[in-house]
Amino acid sequence: MIRFDQVTKIYDQNSRPALEDISVEIDRGDFAFLVGSSGSGKSTFIRLVLKEDRATRGAVYVAGQNVANIPSWRVPKLRRGIGVVFQDFRLLPNKTVAANVAFAMQVIGKSRAVIRETVPEVLKTVGLEGKDHRMPHELSGGEQQRVAIARAVVNKPGILLADEPTGNLDPTTSMGIMSVLDRINQNGTTVVMATHDNVIVNEMRRRVIELRDGRLVRDEAQGIYVGAQDRKRAAEPKQSAV
Amino acid sequence: MRLAFILGEIASGLRRNLSMVVSVVLVTFISLTFVGAAGMLQLQINQMKGFWYDKVQVAVFLCVDTSTTASCASGPVTDEQRGEIESTLKSPAVAQYVANYQFESQADALAHFKEQFANSPIVDSVTADQLPESFRVSLVDPQKYEVINEVFSSLPGVEVVVDQREVLERVFSVMNIASLVAVGIAAVMIICAILLIATTIRLSAFSRRRETGIMRLVGASKAVIQLPFILEGVIAAVIGAVLASLVLWTVARFFIGGWLADQYPDTAFISDTSVLLIAPALLLLGALLAGVSSLLTLRRYLKV
Repeated sequence: MIRFDQVTKIYDQNSRPALEDISVEIDRGDFAFLVGSSGSGKSTFIRLVLKEDRATRGAVYVAGQNVANIPSWRVPKLRRGIGVVFQDFRLLPNKTVAANVAFAMQVIGKSRAVIRETVPEVLKTVGLEGKDHRMPHELSGGEQQRVAIARAVVNKPGILLADEPTGNLDPTTSMGIMSVLDRINQNGTTVVMATHDNVIVNEMRRRVIELRDGRLVRDEAQGIYVGAQDRKRAAEPKQSAV
Repeated sequence: MRLAFILGEIASGLRRNLSMVVSVVLVTFISLTFVGAAGMLQLQINQMKGFWYDKVQVAVFLCVDTSTTASCASGPVTDEQRGEIESTLKSPAVAQYVANYQFESQADALAHFKEQFANSPIVDSVTADQLPESFRVSLVDPQKYEVINEVFSSLPGVEVVVDQREVLERVFSVMNIASLVAVGIAAVMIICAILLIATTIRLSAFSRRRETGIMRLVGASKAVIQLPFILEGVIAAVIGAVLASLVLWTVARFFIGGWLADQYPDTAFISDTSVLLIAPALLLLGALLAGVSSLLTLRRYLKV
């Protein structure tokens, strides 16, 4: 579904590449964690999939298509096939929950009847039944993220990209979000989630792709993630022993 | 559905940016009024040219007692000289340029003079023998005045050859300058309008960057994202153009058609229907101005 072929992304010639020689393939229906500390290249990875940026070298394939060959007027069509969720939710504060979700359908020209039918369905999937008419500020962070997920999947994309979706949430709420993402994955959507939350990664036991300083350092099925702090903690006793 | 959505976006954009939209309306209104005024002046010039050029003549004035020019040194024109001049007019070399001609005697000249200066006390002090006789020559092509001038000014008994068109040209050149000034002001105002529209669209795009960001992510097409902004500018500019057209029509109807036409019944003025010719051009210009400037602004400030 997503394939990186020796991809390098350089934003600034004078600093190290944001991504360096990344080759990875994520199949249809996969659930993959993209882990690494801040600045490791997770967000750049997501931007390249969305064609927000061009790869400096190498090729990015989405649904079998090299995104470099997609003309700019076809980019919206590429993006309709990809849902995106962010750490900061990005809801429209002056629209209700239902209107926020419906917005994603309106702007690509879905008919009113289809919208009326689909929105409650999707809200149910993310566990927000009966909250259609609430405003975003009346919801908890976890609920707001569920709205954002509902908006991301309402047009039934084949891929869901989540960039630190639990970054602003407490652990319990995060697990709730994870179960929503898991359910969406069960329905056949490929999910790629960038995170540095090792608790979640270790709990889920899904594929882990680890980036460090723009390089791919690990790609394991059912992997765990040892965060930077844990690594340090693990290293400390050895140092004191010497 | 998408149309309803776009219309809704436009309405909310206009509401959010009301003060800027009003200023765009006013600036396009003023600038297009000047553009329209220049257009109307040009139409008026053309109208007057059409009206007068049919009537203007080359006047060949003959010598009288009081003539002081060198060609009249031998005194007033004689019958023989007058006959000579008339036969020259009829000669094939000259006749090809002449549409028709008319002899104006001193009595005719006095009658015309009295008519022209009816309200002036000067009329009483003028007598027929002070006014020169003349041949009033209408030319096939008024531009060929020089030919007539060359032939007749050297003939004995001719005091001077006058091209009445010259007097009109002076009037027209004043009107042309006025319309150039109007165009100049319009140009400055149009630059203001373009910059103001660009700023307004920029603000509008900035205040709605959340929406457009989400639209981009869920794969809304470029048209759906950009159209509300472009149409916002175009609607404001078109309202300005409509106001400008209304003002021009009012001026044409009540000032030119009403007051001026009463004051100068002999002059052909443009009617208010000429505004019907200018108004569509103004609307088009306004829409184009706003469309192009917002499109260029969006290319820079609204990534799609």
